[in-house]
Amino acid sequence: MASLTINGVSIEVQAGDDTPLLYVLSDELQLQGPRFGCGLAQCGSCSVLVDGVETRACVTPIASLKNKAITTLEGISAYYAAQTGLASIPQTTPVQDALVEEQALQCGYCYNGMIIKATELLLNNPDPTDAEIRSAMNGHLCRCGTYPKIISAIKKASRTIQLARQSAADSSMEGIV
Amino acid sequence: MKNLLTSVPMQRRSLLKAGGALIINFNLQTASFGQNQSLAAGPPDPGQIDSWIAIHQDNSATVFIGFAELGQGCSTALLQVAAEELDLSMSQVSTIGLDTHISPNQGGTYSSSAMRVGGPQIQRAAAEARQALLEMAATQLQVEADSLQVENGIISSPWNNALTTSYGELIGNRQFNLAFTGNAPVKSPDDYKLVGTPYPRNDFPLKARGIYRYIQHIRLPNMLHGRIVRPRGQGAYKDGVQVVAINEDSIATIPGARVLRQNNFVGVVAQTEWDAVKAAQQLEVTWEQPASLPGNENLFEQMEKGMTNERVAVEEGDISAFNTAFARTEFKAHGPYQAHVPFAPNCAVADVSQNSAMVMCSSQDIYNTRTSIANLLDMDTEQVRVQFHDGAGTFGHSCWDDVAQAAALMSSLTGQPVRVQLMRWDEHGWDTYGPAHIGKTRVAADSNGKLVSYEYEGWQHHWSLIETSEQTARGTPAAEWPPFPAQQINPRTLGGMYDIPNRYLLNHHVPGLDYLKGAWLRSPVDLSFSFVSEQAIDDLAFQLGMDPWQFRQQNISEYHWLGVLDAAAEAANWQLRPAAENLPDAAIVKGRGIGVGTHLASYGGAVAEIEVNKRSGEVKILHLYGAIDAGLVVNTSNVENQIIGQLVQTASRMLLEEVTFSKTNVTSLDWASYPILRFEQCPEITPVIVQRLNEAPSGAGEEVMAAAAAAIANAFFDATGKRMTMYPFTPERVRETLAG
Repeated sequence: MASLTINGVSIEVQAGDDTPLLYVLSDELQLQGPRFGCGLAQCGSCSVLVDGVETRACVTPIASLKNKAITTLEGISAYYAAQTGLASIPQTTPVQDALVEEQALQCGYCYNGMIIKATELLLNNPDPTDAEIRSAMNGHLCRCGTYPKIISAIKKASRTIQLARQSAADSSMEGIV
Repeated sequence: MKNLLTSVPMQRRSLLKAGGALIINFNLQTASFGQNQSLAAGPPDPGQIDSWIAIHQDNSATVFIGFAELGQGCSTALLQVAAEELDLSMSQVSTIGLDTHISPNQGGTYSSSAMRVGGPQIQRAAAEARQALLEMAATQLQVEADSLQVENGIISSPWNNALTTSYGELIGNRQFNLAFTGNAPVKSPDDYKLVGTPYPRNDFPLKARGIYRYIQHIRLPNMLHGRIVRPRGQGAYKDGVQVVAINEDSIATIPGARVLRQNNFVGVVAQTEWDAVKAAQQLEVTWEQPASLPGNENLFEQMEKGMTNERVAVEEGDISAFNTAFARTEFKAHGPYQAHVPFAPNCAVADVSQNSAMVMCSSQDIYNTRTSIANLLDMDTEQVRVQFHDGAGTFGHSCWDDVAQAAALMSSLTGQPVRVQLMRWDEHGWDTYGPAHIGKTRVAADSNGKLVSYEYEGWQHHWSLIETSEQTARGTPAAEWPPFPAQQINPRTLGGMYDIPNRYLLNHHVPGLDYLKGAWLRSPVDLSFSFVSEQAIDDLAFQLGMDPWQFRQQNISEYHWLGVLDAAAEAANWQLRPAAENLPDAAIVKGRGIGVGTHLASYGGAVAEIEVNKRSGEVKILHLYGAIDAGLVVNTSNVENQIIGQLVQTASRMLLEEVTFSKTNVTSLDWASYPILRFEQCPEITPVIVQRLNEAPSGAGEEVMAAAAAAIANAFFDATGKRMTMYPFTPERVRETLAG
């Protein structure tokens, strides 16, 4: 029995230490965010955040995750809210909203990894250039060919996040004045 | 566990709270997977309105759709068609999952059929339901039916406020019991409110939140996890694989893991998924896999020199006109085997008992899958129920039938529900690939630049008929599909857009059993066809010193073809000049090219702008412009996405994708050995829709790929003055071409 911290909750899992995290999440806990794509860390389908860093769950044994904070797509709103100091947890993040607004999906299966990676990117670099977006996302594949719209959606989410930060900064300035 | 689920945002609690038809439907499906015997085996009678539409008491409607949602958005677009004719809002219409016990059989979801075939069927059924409802209202309100109006299911008289009723009141949750004649008048395009708009897809919000249930997420009580065990990578189709020995002790350390075997079909099952994965990797099996493939090196020689079956596809006029023509070109080129490789390998869940079978999978053709499962299990088709659940985009006949059969076999061998998830190497290595092609063409024009003669010979094998699971489990011999137009070279893409008086198309059917398994991959073989054909056309323009857009313009009179050609060129701000006019010495050079082509219907035109590094051989596609005329486009946002997807996939297929194989087996088994386009390689994309509100929908899922492949090839010539004779354009191949 290993103990893992997933989306802020500490839980005991049955799986053996050599089990890759993906199978604990999708099989034992039946979460639907992280999902099998290649089992080889080549495609990004199974991505989660481990202590805020995008990590391929399909090749990460749970033994290596003790005392680490794992965030899955199911917990991405709470994580985003905590990282950006939001007072309440929104139902969706700006990245998710922008993807829907841009109608950037086709089959949508790659979206777990795309959202996890784009969230990591924008929390580290709220105003990425086109080249920075492509470089950050380059390890995530999409067979449907949605890349151009995902890039537009990340740019849109970036603007939303910057506006939110700006208005938060403005209101805190008002408080000081 | 409970704690985790309730405390994780967006888990089950919010799933229930979210409401909406789609979620409810999937819950219903879950509830009914226990082989609900109260439902009769389908398909329901297509001659009854009730098979297509059910009206509920709250004026909402359920529309029964026989097409699979493959990521193309047809489940939204077909609802737009139904809502339009019924005068309902989009929030009042929903559909339920595709199911052989529930859904009408509209045929498979291929050849861009969902809107082309399904659109008019759903439209007429909805129009007829509306007509019947208005007649009921007229009787109830004692007025003439055509004096009534409908808005959101509320029927009223424009002249008398007191005269009002509603769909729900008239028929809510009761059946129409009405024959579907197809005779009810449909709306004029001038009155469309929903059709022709970019209505947002109904599945996106759930997909973006990770609460949409894909086939991979389905779990049944008492279910085992299964994996297929096969050699890594298929050999020649006719040979299949033979088991020489299995060492069952090799998985003894995995608790509960079991070997399942039926003849040469081998699988493992275990209680947990990871144990099944480990068991499949650990199981020691000695296989016999003969070295009977040609290998990549000898593929084309064997195809061309071996025995083939000839069939003339088109013979018009007299191609001896070639011999005396002013400008002549002869061109021969090759296309590789390419793979479907959905982003998620195929998955299926089966629950087979003695007298019935339930199979859940991502088949593009559930009724056909049902027949194949029935054959496999020696059951009547009525005993088999197949449900479609979304997987990752599949783009043709990938391994969905193979995995559905494997799950059915494993469930029948264990007596328990079994979920089989293919591993990445299974999907890459055992696909039914898009077949390799050799094309040889001779085209000629007169001194005014009018095409006078067109000749094309093409070699390729056909689609495989028997899935590997059936072949190994039952010893069914490998076989190809019976002759069918899809086997033929494509007369529409092969010069069909041009006004050519003399044309001859010859198909060399290569018997496929000595090769890899084959099947239709999005825009089947068209990329290879136009790679050959449109480069030859381009060469004539070059010889005549003409601009390639203008040369095509003056040889096309059909308005749809001209429309897409011009739309692509105009979007790209094409400036008139002959190709390869100015070839600089620089190491990195740019070029632009144009092309036209399609699949079975609709029309595609494309322009490519590329960059070639002559030293390294690296090709970058900078910008692709693609125009599709698909008749009436019901959902413009969906079709825009379809064009973007086709252009990105074409870039991927032209630059990177090639199935590699030795004499023994396929060796491209994952995303490293079979790379696809990535973010950093993705060109700018400009999609263009040529909307035809007054024409029937003709399909938009695959019709601009041939044009885009040709545009890329022609851009290479413009940049370098050399023609590529094989794709993908790997650095090695490019350097060879430039040196030659």
